[in-house]
Amino acid sequence: MSEPILKVSNIESFYGPIMAIRGVSLELHPGSIATVLGANGAGKTTILKTISGVLDPLKGSVEFEGRPIQRMDPDKIVRLGISHVPEGREVFPFLTVRENLMMGAFLRRDRTGVNDDLERVYTYFPRLKERMIQPAGQLSGGEQQMLAISRALMNRPKVLLLDEPSLGLSPILVKEIFAIIRRINQESGTSILLVEQNAKMALETANYGYVLEVGRVVMDDTCERLLNSKDIQEFYLGATEEGARGEKRWKRKKTWR
Amino acid sequence: MLDFIQQLVNGIALGCVYGLIALGFVLIYKATEVVNFAQGELLMLGGFFAFTFITFMGLNYWIGFLLAVICMALLGSTIERVVVRPILGYPQFSIVMATIGLGFFARSVAGMIWGTDDLKIDTPFSRSVTENVVRIGSLVIADDKISIIVATVLLCIVLYLFFSRTRMGIAMQATSQNMLAAYYMGIPVKRVFSLIWAISAAVACFAGILLAPSTLIHTNVGFIGLKAFPAAVLGGFGSIPGALVGGIIIGVIEQLAGFYLPQGFKDVAAYIVLLLVLWFKPDGLFGMKMRKKV
Repeated sequence: MSEPILKVSNIESFYGPIMAIRGVSLELHPGSIATVLGANGAGKTTILKTISGVLDPLKGSVEFEGRPIQRMDPDKIVRLGISHVPEGREVFPFLTVRENLMMGAFLRRDRTGVNDDLERVYTYFPRLKERMIQPAGQLSGGEQQMLAISRALMNRPKVLLLDEPSLGLSPILVKEIFAIIRRINQESGTSILLVEQNAKMALETANYGYVLEVGRVVMDDTCERLLNSKDIQEFYLGATEEGARGEKRWKRKKTWR
Repeated sequence: MLDFIQQLVNGIALGCVYGLIALGFVLIYKATEVVNFAQGELLMLGGFFAFTFITFMGLNYWIGFLLAVICMALLGSTIERVVVRPILGYPQFSIVMATIGLGFFARSVAGMIWGTDDLKIDTPFSRSVTENVVRIGSLVIADDKISIIVATVLLCIVLYLFFSRTRMGIAMQATSQNMLAAYYMGIPVKRVFSLIWAISAAVACFAGILLAPSTLIHTNVGFIGLKAFPAAVLGGFGSIPGALVGGIIIGVIEQLAGFYLPQGFKDVAAYIVLLLVLWFKPDGLFGMKMRKKV
């Protein structure tokens, strides 16, 4: 396989005295989508924050295109081509949609390129174009998510970090958003690291998956195989095994414990 | 009626100065969530710098003005770098204490360098009390008052264009609205903070120089900052137009109170307004409520 564009090795990150991730390693290959699954508090968001430089890992390294980037300032990391779509949108509420998008291109100087990209994200999400001059705070949750993704794309990133794009959206909107994520990946070859609670959607979208529990990677495999794994089906996809009498007779134990 | 208009104009001029100081409070507060209690002292230092350049070194008024503003902007960003940045992230209280301490420090240092006497700057608007005036009928308005109003309006237009049209200006708004997201966009947040302090100090300097003909320059001129505080609260601490409108309202109320009410009311008028605002409309006139969608 090709060299990974993003390689996280044995990182340990803390929130004050609390160890949020305990030695996580993962790889993202150019042009692929990798996903990190896990329950609340598993440390998914922390991994992304550590990659984008908002949190510094105490141990371990983050390499982007072979260069170590841990402990770099977040704005330098964005400049290298890693854009982060934060959990819960985090748009700028009093700036217009267009201004929000232009902030995504804050580090870019090529005006024509920026305009092209603006048109490009409007083709992904035509609704943003309609709301171009509205303050972002007035958009619906789904539109804000579209805006947050588009804003990150305005940096023309090589790697896109997506944190729970399905959070608080209706199932139909989730489908729409994931279709666009796939399209972004295919059309511009952007590598994507996707963090999700919606395991089904994530596994269907990504190529490779990591399962995270309390700060550790407990399982990793191609998404196809993960989808067929009994453990994943039971604990993340909600499938139940029928017993002989039509009910579940015992509680399954996770095989990795 | 004539008295009333006369006092109104003077009140507006005074209010513009309050508004500019309040603007300094608000700019720093919005972007960095720090209340800079040394804002009045920045104004004082601005006045002293202008005195040094214009009266002491004998430079042209406008050149001296510009140099003083530039020096104060540099000083502002230095203060951010040296005093504020190391304690960011600690409780609000420590930063408040630090800025109050900075105010004392600035007053003493200014006293050591420039002495404790009242200093005067010759401005093109205040050469003579009888000539530098505009007469409209029997209304007499001093040029320095008009200069304050005109300069405030011009400065506000410049600031408005900067914050709404330039990339850096919008990035500053963005940072004040959502700092974490600003980091994710690659906005150099630390540089934005320095720049905000620079702008705030420059605005304070502007106000200091405009105020110089009316109050002269002395080490205690910075206490005017305490009157600009009610202005900022009235405007809804966090709103830029609010700061200016609040400043003008406080200025007019104070001036009218001084003229129509018994002696003593002039000095407390601003605080009475502050208390009333906190009682009846704690969000201020232009307060904005943030809501986050989930």
